[in-house]
Amino acid sequence: MDKIKLTIDNKPVEVAKGTTIFQAARQVGINIPALCYMKLENLGVENRPGACRICVVEVEGRRNLAPSCSTDCTEGMVVKTTSPRVLNARRTVMELILSDHPQDCLVCPSNGKCELQDLAATLGIREIRTVENAEVSTYRKDYSFSLQRDMDKCILCRRCESMCNDVQSVGALGAINRGFTSIVATAFEQNLSDSPCVFCGQCVAVCPTGALTRTDDTGRVFKALADPTKTVVVQTAPAVRAALGEEFGIKPGTSVTGKMAAALRRLGFDRVFDTDFAADLTIMEEGTELLGRIGAFLQGDTSVKLPLLTSCCPAWINFFEQNYPDMLDQPSTAKSPQQMFGAVAKNYLSQKMGVKREDLVVVSVMPCIAKKYECTRKEFSKDGNPDVDISISTVELAAMIKMANIDFVSLPDEDFDHPLGESTGAAVIFGTTGGVMEAALRTAYEVFTGKTLERLDFKEVRGFEGIRTASVDFNGTMVNVCIAHQLGNARKVMDGIRSGKFNFHAVEVMACPGGCIGGAGQPYHKGDASLLKARAQSLYREDADKPLRKSHENPYITKLYEEFLGEPMSELAHHLLHTHYFDKHHKI
Amino acid sequence: MVQIKMHLLVCGGTGCRASESDRLVEQLNHHLQLNGLAEEVKVVTTGCFGFCEKGPIVKVIPDNTFYTQVTPEDAEEIVKEHVLKGRKVARLLYEDPETLEHISDSKHMEFYQKQVRIALRNCGFIDPENIDEYIVRDGYAALGQVLASDPKDTIELIKKSGLRGRGGAGFPTGLKWEITAGNQADQKYVVCNADEGDPGAFMDRSILEGDPNSIIEAMAICGYCIGATKGLIYIRAEYPLAIRRLEIAIKQAREYGLLGKDILGSGFDFDIELRLGAGAFVCGEETALISSMHGSRGEPTIKPPFPAQSGYMGKPTNVNNVETFANIPPIILKGWEWFNSIGSEKSKGTKVFALAGKINNVGLIEVPMGTTLREVIFEIGGGIKDGKRFKAVQTGGPSGGCLTEQHLDTPIDYEHLTAAGSMMGSGGMIVMDEDDCMVSVAKFYLEFTVEESCGKCAPCRIGNKRMHETLEKICQGKGTLDDIEYLENLGKVIKDTALCGLGQTSPNPVLSTIQYFKDEYRAHVVDKKCPAGQCKALKSYVIDETKCIGCTLCARNCPTDAITGDKKVPHVIDQSKCIKCGACYEKCKFGAIQIR
Amino acid sequence: MNKIKSLDDLRKMKQSLKSDISIREKSDKAEEMVRVRVAMATCGIAAGAREVMNTLLRKVEQDSLPVVVTQGGCMGYCYAEPTIEVAVPGKDPVVFSHVDSARALEIVDKYIVKGELIDGIIPVNYQTIQEKL
Repeated sequence: MDKIKLTIDNKPVEVAKGTTIFQAARQVGINIPALCYMKLENLGVENRPGACRICVVEVEGRRNLAPSCSTDCTEGMVVKTTSPRVLNARRTVMELILSDHPQDCLVCPSNGKCELQDLAATLGIREIRTVENAEVSTYRKDYSFSLQRDMDKCILCRRCESMCNDVQSVGALGAINRGFTSIVATAFEQNLSDSPCVFCGQCVAVCPTGALTRTDDTGRVFKALADPTKTVVVQTAPAVRAALGEEFGIKPGTSVTGKMAAALRRLGFDRVFDTDFAADLTIMEEGTELLGRIGAFLQGDTSVKLPLLTSCCPAWINFFEQNYPDMLDQPSTAKSPQQMFGAVAKNYLSQKMGVKREDLVVVSVMPCIAKKYECTRKEFSKDGNPDVDISISTVELAAMIKMANIDFVSLPDEDFDHPLGESTGAAVIFGTTGGVMEAALRTAYEVFTGKTLERLDFKEVRGFEGIRTASVDFNGTMVNVCIAHQLGNARKVMDGIRSGKFNFHAVEVMACPGGCIGGAGQPYHKGDASLLKARAQSLYREDADKPLRKSHENPYITKLYEEFLGEPMSELAHHLLHTHYFDKHHKI
Repeated sequence: MVQIKMHLLVCGGTGCRASESDRLVEQLNHHLQLNGLAEEVKVVTTGCFGFCEKGPIVKVIPDNTFYTQVTPEDAEEIVKEHVLKGRKVARLLYEDPETLEHISDSKHMEFYQKQVRIALRNCGFIDPENIDEYIVRDGYAALGQVLASDPKDTIELIKKSGLRGRGGAGFPTGLKWEITAGNQADQKYVVCNADEGDPGAFMDRSILEGDPNSIIEAMAICGYCIGATKGLIYIRAEYPLAIRRLEIAIKQAREYGLLGKDILGSGFDFDIELRLGAGAFVCGEETALISSMHGSRGEPTIKPPFPAQSGYMGKPTNVNNVETFANIPPIILKGWEWFNSIGSEKSKGTKVFALAGKINNVGLIEVPMGTTLREVIFEIGGGIKDGKRFKAVQTGGPSGGCLTEQHLDTPIDYEHLTAAGSMMGSGGMIVMDEDDCMVSVAKFYLEFTVEESCGKCAPCRIGNKRMHETLEKICQGKGTLDDIEYLENLGKVIKDTALCGLGQTSPNPVLSTIQYFKDEYRAHVVDKKCPAGQCKALKSYVIDETKCIGCTLCARNCPTDAITGDKKVPHVIDQSKCIKCGACYEKCKFGAIQIR
Repeated sequence: MNKIKSLDDLRKMKQSLKSDISIREKSDKAEEMVRVRVAMATCGIAAGAREVMNTLLRKVEQDSLPVVVTQGGCMGYCYAEPTIEVAVPGKDPVVFSHVDSARALEIVDKYIVKGELIDGIIPVNYQTIQEKL
């Protein structure tokens, strides 16, 4: 590859052709500040509009300053990143941005996690030179079950737009108006809830300020916990344990399952359960459904719908219902693990515990904010009482732990409660892209072939490629599977299926980069894709360390079927654990 | 057979149509009919003559009589007197402002004498809705010639001619073509940038209205040279007449096979589509223009990639401005040496300007590069209106700067205007006189850029807003010396950091007025006075006791009862009530009311 | 409309369409042209000036002559109508009297094309309308 030599701040640098000044500077330890720029390496996630102009540098011989994020290095280039001209420009631009930003940092939901705040500190801004009574752009607030928009705090970095349009292909957000009144909004300035938004929350996940934030439900949880008439149980999704520690300064990729269980108990939950249990249950139902469809197909039934699409991810289901209403019978009818847990808790656990349905409060801790919306879907409630009452995100749980004065780092490891706390390794890996497929393959293989799997790690379905495919030998029958994460990739797969270009038996879709570990309820990844990989690795490690690694081997699952449900896909299972989908094609 | 002995050329440009020139055409035809002259006199609707100050224009051929400000009601007299009896209608002739003599032949008017019309060669001469007239004027001959030769030769010819982009930046056109030609792709595009947006500018509109075929021909030539078979004209929907004439021209060119497959038997295919823009100024920036053509928000993208590498639909795209294209056919027909011999050292050919402001001859002119500002303003433009003093001239629209008396002998070309702190721009030229407040002028342009900023990059979106607010504060009399410093720093930073050409040049009007009229700024912030008497907040009306005879006229006309006083006693204005409407000033017959 | 299939076609077409616009092109270069002005006041028209004018226009077009034919008002020679004024570049204008179609053609052929002098010139002692204005 062609190499280019240049100097940055008098340091000689040699880089490959096509390297930007920003990247080249990092190579020699110069971290040029940036605000709008964000890139998740290898995930196809990039925002580089060249909009904030904070990363400008001086290039000898150039008339104006160059945005380092989007200026390629050229041979012999002489770059200065901290000349007085650069520093003045950077500071002045920063002051401009701050002059059009509310000064309410102390009470902002992003206080302490705000890139704008950090940058102001880095640049040493001590006063904001501006005009007396300078106009500040304002916009109405927009609240939804999952996320909230306070566009007064928007700095127009356009990351949310890149996520919504380029990465997720949802197209709910775009810049409207011009000049000073420019704002990122929905078409016709609808509320998000009325827009094509699928609540994946990836806009929230990358917002550098407090403009887009998760809807905060911690207050509702505290209230329920304090109510003596309520029995409050909690379930925690697999991906939460892989990232929660980051909020307490624990190294990314450290699984904190035990500490999390301990913290939840200290917060006052009556029972601390695990969504992983429901994940195992999902595999029983969904796996059975898949084998049923494959079986029928092999026997020549042409009406059978293949591929089976996974249905765990609520943002994906929203996306599916909006964009593929002609294929409503394609996804698995199995509810998501969160809702399976809710249904089991409100129907089975309540009986076992002798608590009335309305007195049992089911709280979920999710890496996701679409789950908040999922809880509100009518089909997941009975007589107005939802199966899952409140869903909070990983970050909200961390906030609760902090508010409750719990020293998380020094907590001992504790176990989940029984019966809904037991899970296998198959359930743990649900939290990363490819995990559901791998878990399903482990069970489906053994049920289909009647043989014991020798090799449990289906490495062929692992990885971070946006779309991955594999053929698995089920004793002579080749099962073709596909895994897609990020909705833009899902769209490509779905369009291929619709047009007949692809022939798969099963497809797993997760809306977020890397699957749930990269969900919008997780701590901010700071544009570092290696952090997502570390989270995935921690889940694979936990799986490998589990004594039981196949969902159908979970003894409490077996007991649940024996005591209550009968068998997978039984009538009761159908009633409680399965759902159906709606045509939500977005009409304007 | 009756011979046509006379043509009546009537301006059908947007300006003259606004003054009913289409009804004038109707009336002329009507009276010709009544007098049995319909067969020997032809009324031709042409494009703009440029002399918009005095429109609607009727030019009588063959005697070149130039009638100005003709109304539909004048049609009868023109037909009966001039057409029938050969007697010119004196009252409609142009009157020289200095000698006060009627000038009947446009060739003798100073307005036209100094002009060299290349881009405007057919404007006001042919019927833009009739391709035959264009063909008679050697139309499409250049295309025919090019199609019979190697594209490289034509690119070389354009390079040698020294033609540079007329949109403002002045990039060498031949080089641009060569770069796009060198980028391989299965499809390339030629785009004509007709998103003219400078306040008061209408160069491109006039060319499109007056000579649409010249653009079509030039785009086909460009297509052949760079290897593109598709052309797109991005034009603002606010130019309905230009759009209609383009549509007619495209249709006629297709019918003649001058667009479409196998043009002139050469095997070269080329066709053109129109793309209507919503009139955003920023879409004149080529990447924003392309973004808009994609159906996306009209905002610029980072360069590289340049459109020549990845433009419309991600394919190599050559974007040129209307006026640039209009120069292409004559260069090919008359040779690069001819074109290169016109103009100044580094700026060749001519430039069209839209003259506006406090000048006698408002209109559209085309002058050789290197003509001085003085020649344009005082000779072609006929000097300052109402005998006032020249104060400044703004070139380059909102991107340019204000130049002063000391710059009047500056030759107009890319280099000299930039060196003086302004720029060529696309050709807007606004003249200001002693009554114009330079702070207000800067504020006016900033208001425009604040309005037209796409909002993408922070310096332009917020910075221009803050500059505008600061200027407003100064005009309100609330400014301080720090504000001037603030403006200078902000202006420099915006120039240095903004994403596209709009932002990078938007502080020019402010910086140049601060540079050349600093005293005027100081007067606003230190003395709280507007020397030009424009800034309302800094004005106060007072009554000179020695002149006031107490006639009470002012008091009776004051809308806020701010003036009091008994009859025959000098009156007084209560400053707290005065809204500075100036009614008293207008009414006073004794010059007793003074502005301070 | 027929397609134009080659550059030659285009050139031929240009030639065939030329007459329509040549009047404009000529007047654009009026100073290089021979200017013929036909007096078209009531007296001139009554004496047949219109026919003379048409004859001149036809002749000029047929022979592609560098001549602009315009009409003027009364020159004051009512007794000699129809009158025409011919201004050859570089020469003083000359006024011919009693011009009919035949004589008009003669003037064109002899005076304008060949530069010969012919009879019937009125001495130059008048002022044209143009100059009065």
